[in-house]
Amino acid sequence: METLILTANHAVSYGAWSSRVKFVAAYPITPQTTIVEMLSEFISSKKMDAEFMTVESEHSALAAVTGAESTGVRSFTATSSHGLLYMSEMVHWVARARLPIVMPVVNRALAPPWSIWVDHTDTMSHRDTGWIQIYVSNNQEAYDMVLQGYRLGEDRKVSMPVMICMDAFLLSHTFAPVKILTPEETDSFLPPYKPLWKLDPENPFSVGGITTAEHYYEFSEMMDQAHRNAGEIFDEISREYEKVSGLLQTGKIEKYRVEDAESVILALGTMAEETRVAVDRLRAEGEKVGLVKVKMFRPFPNKEIREALENKSLVVVMDRSVSYGHEGPLSIEVKSTLYPSENRPPVLNFIVGLGGRDVTFKDIVSFHKIAKKKVTEGKKVTEPIFVQLKV
Amino acid sequence: MRKVEVDKEMGLKSVKEYPPAPLSKPAEGAGGKTGLWRTYRPVVDLNKCTGCRICWAYCPDRAIKLRDDGKVEVDYVWCKGCLICFHECPVKAIDKVVEEFGE
Repeated sequence: METLILTANHAVSYGAWSSRVKFVAAYPITPQTTIVEMLSEFISSKKMDAEFMTVESEHSALAAVTGAESTGVRSFTATSSHGLLYMSEMVHWVARARLPIVMPVVNRALAPPWSIWVDHTDTMSHRDTGWIQIYVSNNQEAYDMVLQGYRLGEDRKVSMPVMICMDAFLLSHTFAPVKILTPEETDSFLPPYKPLWKLDPENPFSVGGITTAEHYYEFSEMMDQAHRNAGEIFDEISREYEKVSGLLQTGKIEKYRVEDAESVILALGTMAEETRVAVDRLRAEGEKVGLVKVKMFRPFPNKEIREALENKSLVVVMDRSVSYGHEGPLSIEVKSTLYPSENRPPVLNFIVGLGGRDVTFKDIVSFHKIAKKKVTEGKKVTEPIFVQLKV
Repeated sequence: MRKVEVDKEMGLKSVKEYPPAPLSKPAEGAGGKTGLWRTYRPVVDLNKCTGCRICWAYCPDRAIKLRDDGKVEVDYVWCKGCLICFHECPVKAIDKVVEEFGE
């Protein structure tokens, strides 16, 4: 193991190297490009024993990766924003064909207006594709999740693709120390890929041929079951990774100062790291506040989040995207998760950070103050709050 | 690798019997008698057919059959009437006529 100073983009490139990925196809898009740029250098310099295919679009990139993975080869691509939307058809296809591809998606806002800055709308719009979604909040996690993503996705009880969602620029282009395992060190954690199925000339069959209503339903239920299995085994996989790497792992969610907290703030990605500082500030002011960092978004960690939040007096959910006409996606899930609880705390949803608007720990401290004031005054807040709007 | 049992797809009774992904063995007639889809019917003139087999090679549904004399005939049970054979025949031995089922 060695420690390198890497951007999160290069951390996931190293993640693909450590995972002994054998096939990469990709199309460049800011701010993803440096991920596959580094992989092309690894492959051309023979540091990495893999095929690199250049293609004419993101749709073709994931289609090529689908072809390679279908032959039983561990494959990788990465994209962002409009690139994800362009490959959308294949995103669904990969999950329904049960191909455990790992794909980092650098979260970037959608046009118009044209923007390259962080926003979660791109991956949230692909929430229901069947991909496992993990939102990372620092460079080390970005690296770790490539290795854990292959281990989780390739598990026979899962056999599902994994999307690693990482914030544009705040992660993709920001340098930080990252501990890297060599492929040899990784082998004990990540065995060679043994596919659930693969194309085989000795036993020819068709993939995805037409199916009537008599059979389609069952395939969808099996995908749901695969997600439930992924939720059950992910924490164990994280613990195993911790043993191999010596790096502390939290599993599906990370709780920070939640035990005795009266109110809890939830967030995805880098905003969760910023909230950690806000929690310390609020604690210094005597406010009993905690943080729940939601790392795994699909399958949604219902049990863990319910246990962390029930009996609290206030829940603040920050969303970096909005389901127009309703609420932020994380808020929707948190409310749904809390519904079976006897003691449901009020949940206030703050829509923040859209299109890369900065969200600092000071901002988060003020969001909490606004939320607490509303709840203390007995106000029932049912709508999301666009707290950073210029009014 | 788990053995993919795709042969018995049509008789699946429980989700436990399903293949792990939507996999299937190609089988004659799995999609129904596709001959009923035809708008045009290709008709081979055996006097002109040279037995070059170009139509046989091009047919996407294997609906061109080889006769004992080396010439070809169309299997109208499966031929969808795509007319690729009509377009490819180098000696124009294949004509197209409007299909009238139940002749």
